[in-house]
Amino acid sequence: MSPDKRHTGAQEARGEVGYLALADGKVFKGRCFGALRGASNPVEGEAVFNTSMYGYQEILTDPSYAGQIMCFTYPHIGNVGCNEEDVESSRIFTEGLVVRAAHKAPSNFRATMSLSQYLANSGVMGLEGVDTREIVSYLRDNGSQMAAMAGGEDVKPDQLVARARSLGSMEGKDYVKAVACKEIYTWDAPSWTLAAGHSRKLSQEQLVSRPHVVAIDCGIKTNILRLLVDVGFRVTVVPAGTTSAEILALRPDGLFLSNGPGDPATLGYVVKPVKELLGKVPMFGICLGHQILGQALGGSTYKLKFGHRGGNHPVRDETTGKVEITVQNHGFAVRKEGLSKEAFVSHLNLNDMTVEGLESRAHRAFSVQYHPEASPGPHDSRYLFERFFRLVTGTGDQAAKGEGRR
Amino acid sequence: MPKRTDIKSILLIGSGPIVIGQACEFDYSGTQAIKALKADGYKVILVNSNPATIMTDPEFADRTYIEPITADFVEEIIRIERPDAVLPTMGGQTALNTALELEERGVFKKYGCELIGAKVDAIKTAEDRELFRTAMDEIGLESARSMIATSLGDAERAAKELGYPLVLRPSRTLGGTGGGIVYKADELHRKVSIALAASPNHEVLIEESLLGWKEMELEVMRDLKDNVVIVCGIENLDPMGVHTGDSITVAPIQTLTDKEYQLLRDAAIKVIRRIGVDTGGSNVQFAVNPKDGRIIVIEMNPRVSRSSALASKATGFPIAKIAAKLAVGYTLDEIPNDITKETPACFEPSIDYVVVKIPRFNFEKFPMADPSLGTQMKSVGEVLSFGATFKEALQKAISSMEMDTYGFDRAKLTKSMGKRELLDACGVAAPHRLWLVGEAFRAGFSVRDLFSSSKIDPWFLGEIEEIIQAEEALKGRKIADLPADELRELKSMGFSDRRLAALTGCTELMVRTRRKQLGVLPSFRKVDTCAAEFVANTPYLYSSYSGMSEAPPTARKKVIILGAGPNRIGQGIEFDYCCVHASMALKDDGFETIMVNCNPETVSTDYDTSDRLYFEPLTVESVMAIVEREQPFGVIVQFGGQTPLRISAELAALGVPVIGTSVESIDIAEDRERFSALVARLKLQQPPYATARSTEEALAAARKIGFPLMIRPSFVLGGRAMRVVYTEEEVLGYMQEGVEVSHDRPVLLDRFLDGAIEVDVDAVSDGKQVMIAGVMEHIEPAGIHSGDSSCCLPPQTLSAEVIDELKRQARLLASELSVVGLMNIQFAVANGKDAYILEVNPRASRTVPFVSKATGMPWAKVASRLMAGKSLGEVGAKEIEPRGYVSVKASVFPFSKFPGVDTVLGPEMKSTGEVMGLHANFGGAFAKSQFASNISLPTEGAVFLSIKEDDKRRLEPIARKLSKLGFSLIATKGTAQHLRDQGFEVEVVKKVREGSPHIVDRLGEGEVALVLNTPEGWSMPVMDSKSIRLVANELRIPTYTTIAAADAVAHALEMVKDRTFLEVRALQDYY
Repeated sequence: MSPDKRHTGAQEARGEVGYLALADGKVFKGRCFGALRGASNPVEGEAVFNTSMYGYQEILTDPSYAGQIMCFTYPHIGNVGCNEEDVESSRIFTEGLVVRAAHKAPSNFRATMSLSQYLANSGVMGLEGVDTREIVSYLRDNGSQMAAMAGGEDVKPDQLVARARSLGSMEGKDYVKAVACKEIYTWDAPSWTLAAGHSRKLSQEQLVSRPHVVAIDCGIKTNILRLLVDVGFRVTVVPAGTTSAEILALRPDGLFLSNGPGDPATLGYVVKPVKELLGKVPMFGICLGHQILGQALGGSTYKLKFGHRGGNHPVRDETTGKVEITVQNHGFAVRKEGLSKEAFVSHLNLNDMTVEGLESRAHRAFSVQYHPEASPGPHDSRYLFERFFRLVTGTGDQAAKGEGRR
Repeated sequence: MPKRTDIKSILLIGSGPIVIGQACEFDYSGTQAIKALKADGYKVILVNSNPATIMTDPEFADRTYIEPITADFVEEIIRIERPDAVLPTMGGQTALNTALELEERGVFKKYGCELIGAKVDAIKTAEDRELFRTAMDEIGLESARSMIATSLGDAERAAKELGYPLVLRPSRTLGGTGGGIVYKADELHRKVSIALAASPNHEVLIEESLLGWKEMELEVMRDLKDNVVIVCGIENLDPMGVHTGDSITVAPIQTLTDKEYQLLRDAAIKVIRRIGVDTGGSNVQFAVNPKDGRIIVIEMNPRVSRSSALASKATGFPIAKIAAKLAVGYTLDEIPNDITKETPACFEPSIDYVVVKIPRFNFEKFPMADPSLGTQMKSVGEVLSFGATFKEALQKAISSMEMDTYGFDRAKLTKSMGKRELLDACGVAAPHRLWLVGEAFRAGFSVRDLFSSSKIDPWFLGEIEEIIQAEEALKGRKIADLPADELRELKSMGFSDRRLAALTGCTELMVRTRRKQLGVLPSFRKVDTCAAEFVANTPYLYSSYSGMSEAPPTARKKVIILGAGPNRIGQGIEFDYCCVHASMALKDDGFETIMVNCNPETVSTDYDTSDRLYFEPLTVESVMAIVEREQPFGVIVQFGGQTPLRISAELAALGVPVIGTSVESIDIAEDRERFSALVARLKLQQPPYATARSTEEALAAARKIGFPLMIRPSFVLGGRAMRVVYTEEEVLGYMQEGVEVSHDRPVLLDRFLDGAIEVDVDAVSDGKQVMIAGVMEHIEPAGIHSGDSSCCLPPQTLSAEVIDELKRQARLLASELSVVGLMNIQFAVANGKDAYILEVNPRASRTVPFVSKATGMPWAKVASRLMAGKSLGEVGAKEIEPRGYVSVKASVFPFSKFPGVDTVLGPEMKSTGEVMGLHANFGGAFAKSQFASNISLPTEGAVFLSIKEDDKRRLEPIARKLSKLGFSLIATKGTAQHLRDQGFEVEVVKKVREGSPHIVDRLGEGEVALVLNTPEGWSMPVMDSKSIRLVANELRIPTYTTIAAADAVAHALEMVKDRTFLEVRALQDYY
């Protein structure tokens, strides 16, 4: 795993007192683990929480969490340590981590190091011994906000609050440029199995005859790429900002719009090529990709009070009436209003009835706000990858018909 | 889709008496289901033989049948009630087995009713080992390699194929009855024979051993639209090899990565779909190899279970209620989440705390039973505890157990061990292993050492090690030296004040005082299903030293009800019934009711039973924190059995407003000397007694009182360590057997009234007027623990004068003790007329639910309203004399779980549960009580009689009835001679010590259908006939060990023969 180069100089923490300071002045005290980030080099980001009980390593390495400080609701984090396999990108993207109890002595047959070592290697700070339920209640009641976090002797909570306040808001921030790939690349690996881990690769011969999907990378999770390969695609990844002409030059059979961090309203340079390709290439978007498709279909996005982050939200597929337990990670959502008349809301979040999926049959395009690639989280929604495959290959209706059990 | 309208009425099958493996979790689930179905407008018909359940309260179901749960009786109920549907998934294995039998008999087809919740095919596939295995193969899931055996020959072939150790799992049994592990070849025959006998279809699965693997369990729900959710994952701290019911379990799962957890989740969903449970809940158990993550499916239960009750309590997700709604056609997205009110039930709870369950055992009751744990469940109860972290939850769970241990102390370690021995002992699953592990860390062993010995996951071991390290760090320190931060840190690791007092050499009170000075106080947090993501409306709370508190107290007038803690022999569901009734009645009277309890199986710990629920240990520390927070009008201690009583004096001294009978009166009743002064003053009689503080005193007292006498320790629960002795040698033996005697804990000796009739009287009083709730005549004579003895209401042999005299004495005592609330008195009536007071308990007794059901008057509700200040007149209570029917209560015993344990009854309570039989006459009611206890009374065959000398005078009418009914008689020499003298035709059979072919051989031949064996004396001579009872127990031949019970069964057999006992009647038609 390649470390985040910005903070590799940070030393490993040994339980120093540290603080998480919110922009509105609320401060939480804890003990540092992972990398020690002092007053001169504090962690900065939006304080958010995630209710998943499993999968902290996948969450830490999900590029969508760039610019965010993660508070886990589950108290024990680090029980199973970290390993080489459970990563969703090349490094940790979460800016910092806040937990009730971080475990130093992991227990799992796949663990290769402790969470603390893992964070330290990447220069990422953790804060433990914090009443995470209080943070969650606070963010739930007062909304997500910017925060700063640091530890060690010279840290003053007031200064951290000032720092957090200076960060402004997540609204209007583009993190995609920072996390997306810079070069085109191809992907040839299927998903993880217990027996083979990540050792399986497909050969060129196996891939060459497959339909071709071009994925626009705004911070893509590797499990999306793996599942695209699993359902039968050949995959090429292009950086966000690639023009429609450049994409068409790759002769795509389908276009995939990836997840990613930040405010979707800042991404006109991604929306534009998508809009140009609508109707020309079948499309599937996830999370930020859904928000991009929504904008391309005439809609707009707004910031949720505290977002959806977890692995247990019920979403109903309005085309089949079936409910799936979904993985969520988004701070923004697409408004129902203003979408072009071809588009309809295909999925709804049953907790708050927000838009979780869009579809435009005329454009052969659909998207979901949540994460069918899971990792971490339930696998209920993997059928969407099959739906995309059928949409691209024209094998059957894009609705539920003939879909494998999810 | 909305609920079904083609169904109007539903028969719900309950689970019957509390037995090991099937406890009050099914009252919890059934009660939830009935409430949910009634709320949806269905007519609900219930059958359950257990009177101590909330679900059998006449106001719950529309038609309540307290009848045996056997195919015969349930068919009769179906014939009369003609329900449109039958719901068999709420009553455990008993309900499923009964449903299968009814299906086989074609009853559902005949009466046009539909099985809802789980179809017959699904039940069969889940229950039948071979079908299940094939089903798992089909969906690509691995099972342990195994073979089915129906004979010893099969078993030998399996052993050759699979190698030792082998796991035995008899088909269709509760809690793994008859199962076990065969470590070596010479155990094979014996263990397989037991297993085959335990299985109703004489079939046992022999399986490769997965000993030492991780054991995990997922609770799954599915609706008719095929939506599936996992409610909770549970990880067993004890690795594979221990029945989950006997394992310490933890939720959520702690030692899997998401990738591994999702493999389990996917597998569980595949299983529920393949088995075809289309509506409701199931649990799927897995073994996971810690070395490579390989997953094996162990089993699935197509119904709610003990684990689903646990998962419901652990998450706040009411599985049974939702399962009931799914069964009538709702889908998960149509049902709201009760806790958040805003979000739907179609989701997977996320929890931000840890829960730990610890089972509670009663091996001290069964000295001959093997206390090591295996695949057969042996625990009788459990506690559940919440903490912000595992350490906090674990140590709180230990404090909840009421085993006089409040942390990792050495109380559980009975003998000193060498280091090596200690490490080896950690490798044997046993009730006290947790403490041994702690001791091993103290002795310097590492996590690695203990993992290799115990196979407990290193993560759990590491946590325990940290607790021990924190203890060691306190060595030599004083509580006054601990700064606030350090004290808070210790408390957040779950250390109880008592444990900290022991570690720092001071008193609990000193720790509490110091803590409060420093402001180190617990916070109270919500169990909300969603990790605070949404605002929760339901005040379902636990304490933690973690930070912020939630759910601030209201300004209402409150009553706190202290629950009964873990079930155990002597204190079971009856007390939970009383607590729940108190909550219901006081809610109606406008109080805010607050329940405190730590037993996850119960109705009292359902979040909507009371206005507030604190899921907490019933210790002074925990209760005081709640009382100080809530500032209640009153605290009820008299409904939760010994659990709240044993802390009541301390609570009262700390200023807690205990309502009802005063703590002072309770003390008078419990203190022998004060009580006997009262008895003398009232000119009532007590058997002569003495108190001894040493062996010499005991011998002297015995000589003074005379034999036989009853001897017991002063602090007793369920008659623990009580014994009847006949000689001075026996007194000496008792004193030397390790009974703890000290100045504070003397030994009590009472004259034993041999052959007297015991009578229970329950009364209520408002402090002025006294009412008699019920007079119950015991069937077994004095000397059998009242909790084990059968009884009937109204009395069958007592004269009206005697009954009136008992009532007079009860009223007098209640007035003298200024009882406010319930009181129970046990009398012995000698020579048919002389009343002796054996015991007075100014509190709810275990007979309250039975009396309430027999009289149709909710006495616990009445009593709780009296305690809160109302008068008997105001609450409209009246004494009821049931006419035209007889109610019999019979006890149910766990002997089948403890092969080798004598089934003879004595002063030590051994029963786990009770049933009720209602009928127009005594014989019918007694017969029903026997069938309800899973004893199939015969209609033909031979009766074996071996009757002690004193009882022979009562034998003649019994033998007369038996031979008139067509039974042949077999007897040992003395009994046979006696019968021949009376003109009976009797075959003589040899006693065991007289050589083969003897009676035990005959039992094995299968022609003996009933054993009537009243052994001489209470100790040594009993051993002679023990082998008869042991074999009869293993072969499930009905056995009665007192002449009174033999007489009762003879009456019952008459009713069984002419089948009139099959008449069923709903409670609603009785009163």
